[in-house]
Amino acid sequence: MADISQKLKEQILQAQQVGQKLNIEGGGTKAFMGRAADTDAGTLKLGEHTGIVEYHPVELVLTARAGTPLADIEATLAEEGQCLHFEPPRFGEGSTLGGTLACNLSGPARPWSGSVRDQVLGIRLLNGKGEHLRFGGQVMKNVAGYDTSRLQAGAMGTLGAITEISLKVMPKPATSLTLVQDMALDDVIQYMNSRAKEPKPITGAAWVDGKVYLRLAGARSAVEATAEKWSGEVMEQGDDFWRQLQHMQHEFFAGDQPLWRFSVGSTATNPDLDGPWLIDWAGSQRWYRGEADITRLESLAQRAGGQVSLFRGGDRTDEVMHHQPRALKEIQRRLKHSFDPDGIFNPGRLYSWL
Amino acid sequence: MNTKPKVSQAELAEKFRAFIDPDFVITDDETMKPYECDGMSMYCEMPMLVVLPETAQQVQRIMRICNEHEVPVVARGAGTGLSAGAMPHKEGVVLSLAKFNRILDIDPLARTARLQPGVRNLAISEEAAQFGLYYGPDPSSQIACTIGGNVAENSGGVHCLKYGLTVHNILSVEMITAEGERVTIGSDALDVCGMDLLALMTGSEGLLGIVTEVKVKLLPKPEVAQVVMAGFDSVQKAGDAVGGIISRGIIPGGLEMMDGHAIIAADDFAQAGYPREAKALLLCEVDGTEEEVHEHIAQAEALFRELGATSVKTSQSEEERALLWKGRKSAFPAVGRISPDYYCMDGTIPRRYLAHVLLEMEKMSEEFGLRVANVFHAGDGNLHPLILFDANVAGEFERTEAFGGRILNLCVEVGGCITGEHGVGVEKIRQMAVQFNDEELQQFHDVKAAFDPAGILNPGKGVPALRFCQEYRSLEHKQHKHNTVDAAHG
Repeated sequence: MADISQKLKEQILQAQQVGQKLNIEGGGTKAFMGRAADTDAGTLKLGEHTGIVEYHPVELVLTARAGTPLADIEATLAEEGQCLHFEPPRFGEGSTLGGTLACNLSGPARPWSGSVRDQVLGIRLLNGKGEHLRFGGQVMKNVAGYDTSRLQAGAMGTLGAITEISLKVMPKPATSLTLVQDMALDDVIQYMNSRAKEPKPITGAAWVDGKVYLRLAGARSAVEATAEKWSGEVMEQGDDFWRQLQHMQHEFFAGDQPLWRFSVGSTATNPDLDGPWLIDWAGSQRWYRGEADITRLESLAQRAGGQVSLFRGGDRTDEVMHHQPRALKEIQRRLKHSFDPDGIFNPGRLYSWL
Repeated sequence: MNTKPKVSQAELAEKFRAFIDPDFVITDDETMKPYECDGMSMYCEMPMLVVLPETAQQVQRIMRICNEHEVPVVARGAGTGLSAGAMPHKEGVVLSLAKFNRILDIDPLARTARLQPGVRNLAISEEAAQFGLYYGPDPSSQIACTIGGNVAENSGGVHCLKYGLTVHNILSVEMITAEGERVTIGSDALDVCGMDLLALMTGSEGLLGIVTEVKVKLLPKPEVAQVVMAGFDSVQKAGDAVGGIISRGIIPGGLEMMDGHAIIAADDFAQAGYPREAKALLLCEVDGTEEEVHEHIAQAEALFRELGATSVKTSQSEEERALLWKGRKSAFPAVGRISPDYYCMDGTIPRRYLAHVLLEMEKMSEEFGLRVANVFHAGDGNLHPLILFDANVAGEFERTEAFGGRILNLCVEVGGCITGEHGVGVEKIRQMAVQFNDEELQQFHDVKAAFDPAGILNPGKGVPALRFCQEYRSLEHKQHKHNTVDAAHG
């Protein structure tokens, strides 16, 4: 538990002076994400910038330094019967809050409970000029100034080093239960969306290996009454399934085959690609394993109303994120320049041109 | 901005009339008059010209012309804003999106609606009702305000603790950039690759682009909703009760508080059956499945009694629920009846400081000689103090503004912020210098420049020019010191 922001600031100013680039690293568990890191660059280590700065359970708000491990935060919240509702994946013991926001990672509850980006209320950030800026706040509503806090979600550290995050936390659901049944991929999209359309306490809808899994969570009476009305077997140890999905420990994710993430319209027909699929988020997030050309997958993803990225494996020297249209590319380039005029942070990590 | 020769009103009108119905390129003062202000009518300015396009292509052409000639553009929806965000620029164009009023598509299975920006907030839920769906954010002005304006302000409403703000309920926007590019930000999916520009756009008060289409998420309408009303003999007890509910793991659909002044005014207006002797009133709405609501309502009733409520009443029918809300929803006009004018503030605070903030506000009320009534989105810490004044009394509005400014400073002092949902606009631009330092404000200016290099979109709003900030801060500081001394002597 330490505040090393002054040290981080000095390192950035030093890098600026000598024209050095810096790769930002927290717990080091997401090194596989994005494009391959610039090997000539130094490392800005956020892993020691840790500690819960403020936590008021009654306010439903927690503030922690970016390097704080998710495990520590979740343990603290659990003592008060609260949780991170967006179910952040952990790819190792070291996974941090800062990295989770930078990569915009959320788990199976995301369509119902929101994403990490949705829960962020404010941040502190060191920009490329070494300025330690504070945006947003510790309150649920704040429209003063641009939302540069949520802007960081998915920016993969290209705008600066997030040093502190305030976010909304929620009570842990009183109970949860999982329903499972056999279903073909062709039928499952329609099925999951129909269920999501009902005013019932659903917080998970996934499909893998010919089985559809629905999770109900909330007040016991509501969960039990819904389970009686809906079809499917109550799954023993259902929470284990969702935990495996959340942390990508399910066997679907094992092995070295390239892992593609399709983030698409929930009702879109599944892209016509042979190979294993895992459908999550009631159809909005679809995982595919296989060798493929990104350009071809991009057109399939676009037809499904969304985008594709090469999440893990494959060729990481080429682009791994869905391409940006010309005008948005230009805006993001200018934004990058406004935060990091010398291009110090995570060069080429998100896109080759950023 | 001064490098190019200025284009005249006549020249600009002629350029626009080449592709827009001439009746909708307005240049005469009489027809432009209604555009001189938004819902914040104390701030007025006549524009050079008002234009009402009806297609995105027309908006594109307008923007290209304005960008080329560096003419300021102020986008306008229904004009219900409460921070003068849509106040015209005297050398600029008001671009009204009133003609973009169609619901383009509702997809019941995907639970989405594709909308033109001029569609009214309430109209979305009305249209979606046939599918058992509704749109979450419900600002008090929802009968009139538009979805485009909601995006510009990141509007909330009484249900945002549970259902979120506009930023949580939209999937994509189509927008025209300052340079006249037509882009889509977001997609049908829940996220896209790269920086989260959709979040950045939301709440940007018309400073980053002109939204021409919005895709929103729709939610399944809850099976049941019930309201528990609880009266308390102190604000502190009511505040504790809010904390108590949340610590029990109940997230109410809506959780509203009113102080003694607001209770009486609202009850006189709506005959809602409020406990008129109470010093604070809580309205706690629980929604969900029948079983869940039943379970949580029982818990809430018991908890309020345990925490010292002097009266507890639960709605037993939809009519009763509507009546209990009617008082709250009409609190602003109700307060309007007991005073010639009122000024609505919009600070947010961490809830634990509620009693402290209300007490300080009472002291200021005496100091400024102005009454104040409070309604409070207790669930999310958004405070709406209503300062009562008479604009016909010389100097009274200036005193009201000063009082309001002090309230916002107090919100920042306790860790809150100057605006929860009404936006900065012109009205709170001075307080931006209290909430942010120069480096932060400069970063905001740089963000704007990334979208709008010529600075033509809603200039002078949202983020103060740095050269004024030092002056604001020293003024605030002096005033603060002065008042502290006064208090010590008083």
